[in-house]
Amino acid sequence: MSTSVMNHDAHGHEHHDSGSTTLFGFWLYLMTDCLLFASVFATYAVLFMNTAGGPSGHDIFELDYVLIETFALLFSSITYGFAMIGAQRGNQRATLLWLAVTFVLGAVFIGMEVNEFSHLIHEGFGPQRSAFLTAFFSLVGMHGLHVTAGLIWMAVLMLEVKKRGLKPRTVTRVGCLSLFWHFLDVVWICVFTVVYLMGAVS
Amino acid sequence: MFGKLTLDALPLHVPIVMGTLAVVAVLGLALVIAITKYGKWGYLWREWITSVDHKRLGVMYIILAQVMMLRGFADAIMMRTQLAVATNGAEGYLPPEHYDQIFTAHGVIMIIFMAMPFMIGLMNIVLPLQIGARDVAFPFLNNLSFWLAVAGALLVNISLAVGEFAKTGWVAYPPLSGINYSPGSGVDYYIWALQISGIGTTLTGVNFIATVLKMRAPGMKLMQMPIFTWACTWANILIVASFPILTGALAMLTLDRYLGFHFFTNDLGGNAMMYINLFWAWGHPEVYILVLPAFGIFSEVISTFSGKRLFGYTSMVVASGAISILGFIVWLHHFFTMGSSADVNAFFGVTTMIIAVPTGVKLFNWLFTMYKGRVQFKPPVLWTLGFMVTFTIGGMTGVLLSVPGADYVLHNSLFLIAHFHNTILGGAVFGYMAGFAYWFPKAMGYKLDEKWGKRAFWFWQIGFYVAFMPLYVLGFLGMTRRMNHTDNPDWNMWLYIACAGAFIIGLGVVSQLIQLYVSYRDREKNRDVTGDPWNGHTLEWSTMSPPQFYNFAKDPVVSDIDAFTDMKEKGTAYQRPEKYEPIHMPCNTGAGFIMGMLLTVFGFAFVWHIWWLVVITLLGTIATFIKRCYDTDVDYYVQPDEIENIENAHLAAVQSTLKA
Repeated sequence: MSTSVMNHDAHGHEHHDSGSTTLFGFWLYLMTDCLLFASVFATYAVLFMNTAGGPSGHDIFELDYVLIETFALLFSSITYGFAMIGAQRGNQRATLLWLAVTFVLGAVFIGMEVNEFSHLIHEGFGPQRSAFLTAFFSLVGMHGLHVTAGLIWMAVLMLEVKKRGLKPRTVTRVGCLSLFWHFLDVVWICVFTVVYLMGAVS
Repeated sequence: MFGKLTLDALPLHVPIVMGTLAVVAVLGLALVIAITKYGKWGYLWREWITSVDHKRLGVMYIILAQVMMLRGFADAIMMRTQLAVATNGAEGYLPPEHYDQIFTAHGVIMIIFMAMPFMIGLMNIVLPLQIGARDVAFPFLNNLSFWLAVAGALLVNISLAVGEFAKTGWVAYPPLSGINYSPGSGVDYYIWALQISGIGTTLTGVNFIATVLKMRAPGMKLMQMPIFTWACTWANILIVASFPILTGALAMLTLDRYLGFHFFTNDLGGNAMMYINLFWAWGHPEVYILVLPAFGIFSEVISTFSGKRLFGYTSMVVASGAISILGFIVWLHHFFTMGSSADVNAFFGVTTMIIAVPTGVKLFNWLFTMYKGRVQFKPPVLWTLGFMVTFTIGGMTGVLLSVPGADYVLHNSLFLIAHFHNTILGGAVFGYMAGFAYWFPKAMGYKLDEKWGKRAFWFWQIGFYVAFMPLYVLGFLGMTRRMNHTDNPDWNMWLYIACAGAFIIGLGVVSQLIQLYVSYRDREKNRDVTGDPWNGHTLEWSTMSPPQFYNFAKDPVVSDIDAFTDMKEKGTAYQRPEKYEPIHMPCNTGAGFIMGMLLTVFGFAFVWHIWWLVVITLLGTIATFIKRCYDTDVDYYVQPDEIENIENAHLAAVQSTLKA
């Protein structure tokens, strides 16, 4: 449902700026998503000490690895910003180029996360092992699912920009995905701090 | 190929269920034959199923709510008759595993698939009209939300025919709802029905907040919005703030059940209390989501039929806001007995009691609105007066339960059941009934029959007291909820009375069905020609009944809370503009319906672990959505001459009525 409000820019009344209504509606949706993350964060906070004899965060987190992952995502926010500037200037080539760079960085992030997960599961530290691992995989995985949805959206959007050019409707969509992408970055900073940093030092 | 689905999933050995299914099949077949015979499939598809018109969607929401009310009410009658016959150790006619499904289904259906669609349906019909808008902010999204609600309702009903429904109670607490203690398909149906419809509700909340903040008529300040719109706005804020928590909690339960995660399990560090906290962090705001719009309806009804302005508009808005905020810090009172310290219980007890203050403010506002007014005792007013008495009693028993010490005695007893029916039935549902009677002419073009409306009210009102007051007594006598049969002679008489009460309410339901039939039969006589049958205060009454599909030919300019009264007093109502402009309208689309049906199958496939079907339907849903996004043919313009014809007819009807 992450992309569910992106197509309504053409429905407003002529006396309203419908693009701004779409952006506002999408922002509202993001706040609901924020509360979904908040629920899972709260659950993680309740469950993270319940290792049930299994590993704790201190035992399994590799901060160097996660730091690279983090930088991939943070840089993708900057490159998305460049794409946004391109879209607002009506520069189709620049928009497509920066979206593609963003896509690659996002894909690197997801690839690294999948790799981390598969290593953990391979070592017997899957989500079924303990409540801590359940909460860890769910919180980080939910963020990963959002990023994946964002990547699919980005691919579809690049096609649209390429085929239809930067019409107002398309620019509004680039704006919505921009909100979504930066939002996921903010959530990741919380994940990185609460899960990885606090987990590794405790 | 079919996952866990085998022929054993069909309830061939349960005669009650098979009988129900036979009746449903016959009725369904009759409906299909009738639609085919009159050649209405194309009409249904073009004008209703694919409609993005908020008024049509509102009507469909209310039809969904009323069908589900019949189903939920059938469950209620079965429970009360079972308890009336299963006394003195008799087993009755419903075995426990069936009875448990019935009380679970009753709760889920009445809250999620009756009250919610009823409330959202009224909001859909009325809110955009009240703020002078031509539609909601995102019309396609509105259509999608509706079909997601239908998908959830379908899943609940499919569970009757294939497999089972949850036996856990409507709250589905783990570990009981975990895979070890509920290995069947019931909890999975519960999860997917709530998950899919809940996402639809979240989107509705987003849609209507954007609508009131971005699409009000020129001149309408926030503190000039009609009171029903304000009440719905608070409810929508609660929706977007609380439904994501339910989504999260259900997703976690899903992971526990399907993938062996340990959120809420007994072993390996799971914490079942976390589910209970999350559930009520949604569940308590949910009851205010249900009741705040009902408060808004009572405000509209009582001011219109007293012929006065609403007393204390500002305090009404502020009180609703206070209830909304307080509604988020009381959730723990649902489980005082489950291990919190005395201090924590005291905090939540006090916050709960404080909610009685803004609610009391509202009640006095309604009383003062009637004071020195000319109150017309039409059915909407009867529901309002019935509410004022009934809800006050329910509120007071709620304050009683909010004392943790008292709660230790009364929790989980029939006292609690009596309390929440007292508030949800006497508060929310009475409000929807009032709103239904009040806005029926606006939506359908003719008024409801008053004689049968009054009969329905009195059967409901009296039936309510006969059915639920005995439950307070039974609670004090120590009878706990969700019992299948009893063996205590002291309880018998009260159980018989409660059963009689349910049948009196049944007469009310029958009266309402007759009322619908009679009103339809006499529709020419009851026709609402002017669009303003009650001398209304707000903008919805300035349109035709049923309203023009574009709502307003010209944007109304608002300078008062009672915008339409203001226009009528200044003589600016029903003015013909010099020239009409083309109106920009959204096209209908089948995408919402297709996604809703695909997600119904998706939920069903998930319940039965039919993974290939899960993948296909999920990909199909995403593909339908992307295709819809690529669609460029999404809007059109209504031309001035068409608008002029429609508007002239309306103005002519108004003029001739005003002269006569």
